[in-house]
Amino acid sequence: MNTFLGLDYNIWWFLVFGGVISGYAILDGFDLGAGSLHLLLKKEQSRRIALNAIGPVWDGNEVWLVIGGGALFAGFPVAYAAIFSAFYVPFMVFLVGLIFRAVAIEFRSKEPMLWWRKGWDIVYCVACIIIALSLGLMLGNVAYGIPLNEHKEFSGNWLSFFNPFSILVSITTLALFMMHGAIYLTMKTENRLYAKLHILANNFIIFFVLSFVITTMYTLLYVPHLSDFFRGNPGGFVIPVMMVLAIANIPRQIKKGKYRYAFLSSALTIALLLIMVALEVFPYLLFSTSDPHNSITIDNAASSPKTMKILLIIALIGTPLVAIYTTFVFWTFKGKVKLDETSY
Amino acid sequence: MDVEILARIQFAFTIAFHYIYPPLSIGLGLLLVIFEGMYLKTGNQLYEQITRFWIKIFALIFGIGVATGIIMEFEFGTNWATYSKYVGDIFGSALAAEGIFAFALESGFLGILIFGWNRVGPKVHFFSAVMVFLGSMFSAVWIVVANSWQQTPSGFRIVGEGMNARAEITDFWAMVFNPSSVERLTHVWIGAFLAGAFLVLSVNAWYILKNRHLAIAKPSFRIALVVATVFSLLQLFVGHRSAEGVAKNQPAKLAALEGHYDSVARADMYLLGYVNNKKQEVTGIRVPGGLSFLLYGNFNEPVKGLNAFPADERPTQVNAIFQFYHIMVGIGITLIALTLLASWLAYRKKLFDKRWLLWIFVWAVLLPQIANQAGWFAAEMGRQPWVVYGLLKTSDALSKAVTANQVLFSLILFMVVYILLLVLFLYMLNRKIQHGPVDYGTKEAIEEGSKRDNPLMGH
Ligand code: HDD
Ligand code: HEM
Ligand code: HEM
Repeated sequence: MNTFLGLDYNIWWFLVFGGVISGYAILDGFDLGAGSLHLLLKKEQSRRIALNAIGPVWDGNEVWLVIGGGALFAGFPVAYAAIFSAFYVPFMVFLVGLIFRAVAIEFRSKEPMLWWRKGWDIVYCVACIIIALSLGLMLGNVAYGIPLNEHKEFSGNWLSFFNPFSILVSITTLALFMMHGAIYLTMKTENRLYAKLHILANNFIIFFVLSFVITTMYTLLYVPHLSDFFRGNPGGFVIPVMMVLAIANIPRQIKKGKYRYAFLSSALTIALLLIMVALEVFPYLLFSTSDPHNSITIDNAASSPKTMKILLIIALIGTPLVAIYTTFVFWTFKGKVKLDETSY
Repeated sequence: MDVEILARIQFAFTIAFHYIYPPLSIGLGLLLVIFEGMYLKTGNQLYEQITRFWIKIFALIFGIGVATGIIMEFEFGTNWATYSKYVGDIFGSALAAEGIFAFALESGFLGILIFGWNRVGPKVHFFSAVMVFLGSMFSAVWIVVANSWQQTPSGFRIVGEGMNARAEITDFWAMVFNPSSVERLTHVWIGAFLAGAFLVLSVNAWYILKNRHLAIAKPSFRIALVVATVFSLLQLFVGHRSAEGVAKNQPAKLAALEGHYDSVARADMYLLGYVNNKKQEVTGIRVPGGLSFLLYGNFNEPVKGLNAFPADERPTQVNAIFQFYHIMVGIGITLIALTLLASWLAYRKKLFDKRWLLWIFVWAVLLPQIANQAGWFAAEMGRQPWVVYGLLKTSDALSKAVTANQVLFSLILFMVVYILLLVLFLYMLNRKIQHGPVDYGTKEAIEEGSKRDNPLMGH
């Protein structure tokens, strides 16, 4: 009864939530990546161009996180409560990182002094790196599972979040964002800066591929339960295969100078990675490593069917609207960055 | 200190800090729409300069509002896990709607508003201003609806028991239009318009006093004065409606707002006073029977007092609640007096000679801010000990997985970061105001502008 087009409401909302999170990772991913490599750009002019490449859009991109938080709270309140109270410390660090990024972008350009700008550049870059690393760390732990008690609240010690698997995921996330951000910047720049970013992009591809391979090997060897899905469903291998193709396509397009395609490929890589994680954990939202019975699933965490229905209606009306104006904004600022009197 | 107190302090601190900025954004949003609308209509460059100037200030305020708002969204989950599970079914839909309908609209068009001057035509730019304004109005809608539901729950049923109990929606629209949401939303909106209008008044009063940018400052002041006058008057009526609503739906809160203990026939109203909660007395200037009269139009109608409620179902910080409430109302009356006087002088064309009055306006920017904060403190502390009125106690709403040390750690972290933020914000705001609107039209201005404001240096 509580289905829409043959799929359960809860599954629909899982898809919506996944979509929003992927949207966040793809969109804010390039902002964060661009920020993480900021200090590698040496000249004031280059740094300004890099900042203005994300200037008009980063705030809108961050909203996807807000929507994601709302979507989780609304659809799966039990998971929202458990995840954020469990990851209290890393999450606070993540939030403070977000504050500093926003502030650094906003304040950097307001004074001409060199020390002022250099100072904020460091704050900005470090904040972006911390955001990416802490996001990855939390993702790793969610994928791996954490101990939960019978009230579905975290019952472990937060230091255990720093396990090898999660640290590997964390580094991979940073590498992924840096690659993605560098490609975005090549799309937005010209001349010498562009040549420099071209090289950086290639280096980050290598960094990402390396960390991705190591993480995958580690998973197969030490975290076998995270590949159960693919062992059980050979058909599912389409996804890793597609991912390898998407990754391979990035340097190919870069070589041809087709940055837009390279960018789309890295966006696709991010989406496929998250789809893989989703398939591996489904139907769990948070797996309990202490007692599997305490795990949080999309069914025992879900809101009432009535709320689910309201949420789906909200999403059906809202998504096209968001898509329209996001496209409009990106379209308005398409092309290479040109500095003018309104720039950062 | 225990987790509960720390978590409450943390919530109060972070939300109060957040709430410095949204009212300014909402209020400035309205003025931006008016300014840019005038520009479109008259084609007068003057209004373009005004608009451009305030957009820069708007961007600064908005940026900090967003940074602090994101903390708020997740704080429900980090510190109030049990509460989140309890209200998630209801509250979540409001928060999700907020993200999709309000924040995405705002933040998307903000890019065009700030960076789009040379990329889109004037009409599209104006359209973006309207969208940003509407977005900020909507963001107030959903969050205030959610909060109002906590004050006056409706359209739900309780499912489950103990730790697993939760409220489920039975009627979405009854949840949205719960008994207090309409009045409180209007009250909050108007409070925001006042905050924005008084910022514009303050800055322009200062320019006039310093004899700077007069051609811009005077018309801006007049426009903002109209907005401020209209909404100061309206706020009195809307606030009064809110008080009537509180009397009906949350009688214990009303009694605390007025420091009213015994349900006597003639309930007095205090203009100023001090509540001694132990002795249950109020000392101050009172209007005998005033409360009965304001609520029921009859000096002799009894009003329920605090003693009519069990000790564990009524707020204990009576004096604080009383003071916050009276500060707000006092400021409300002051704003009316101030704006009426200024409007009358403006009508007689004497306003800009009255330097003392202009100086008052320079500082009056603080009044709506204080009233906004005081209003929330009164409303939220008056709701205690309930987190959801009549249903869930604050002490039961905490995250069980979080320790006092973790909350203390994050509280200190936020205090340090926020104080730094506030200092930087005030410094930047002051810089921008000192710098003033750049006259983009004239030749000297372009030269001056390019010195101070070199496009290659950014600003
Ligand atoms: C939708 C929910 C919501 C909204 C819009 C607000 N609050 Fe609130 N507030 C809460 C939800 C809440 C809460 C989660 O329910 C708290 C936490 C603990 C409690 O008792 O209620 C709370 C507590 C709380 C307290 C502490 C009260 C006490 O411990 O005695 C203060 C001072 C404020 N809030 C102030 C504000 C301000 C200045 C707001 C303006 C933006 C505001 N609140 C909006
Ligand atoms: C506990 C309650 C609140 C939560 C959880 C919350 C959450 C948020 C979040 C997540 C953002 C950032 C959105 C973005 O990225 O654009 C934000 C910004 C904003 N919030 Fe809040 N908020 C709360 C209270 C309020 C209230 C009471 C109002 C208005 C009356 C308000 C109005 C705004 C506005 C207008 C913005 C846009 C930024 C700005 O103008 O400062 N918020 N809030
Ligand atoms: C002029 C006389 C005023 C009266 C009689 C009045 C009345 C009230 C009442 C009764 C409440 C509590 C509502 C509740 O708990 O549900 C309230 C809250 C509040 N007031 Fe006022 N108010 C007045 C002026 C102002 C002014 C001038 C401002 C700001 C500029 C303001 C801002 C607020 C805010 C932000 C809240 C908290 C949100 C809410 O609960 O609606 N008020 N007011």
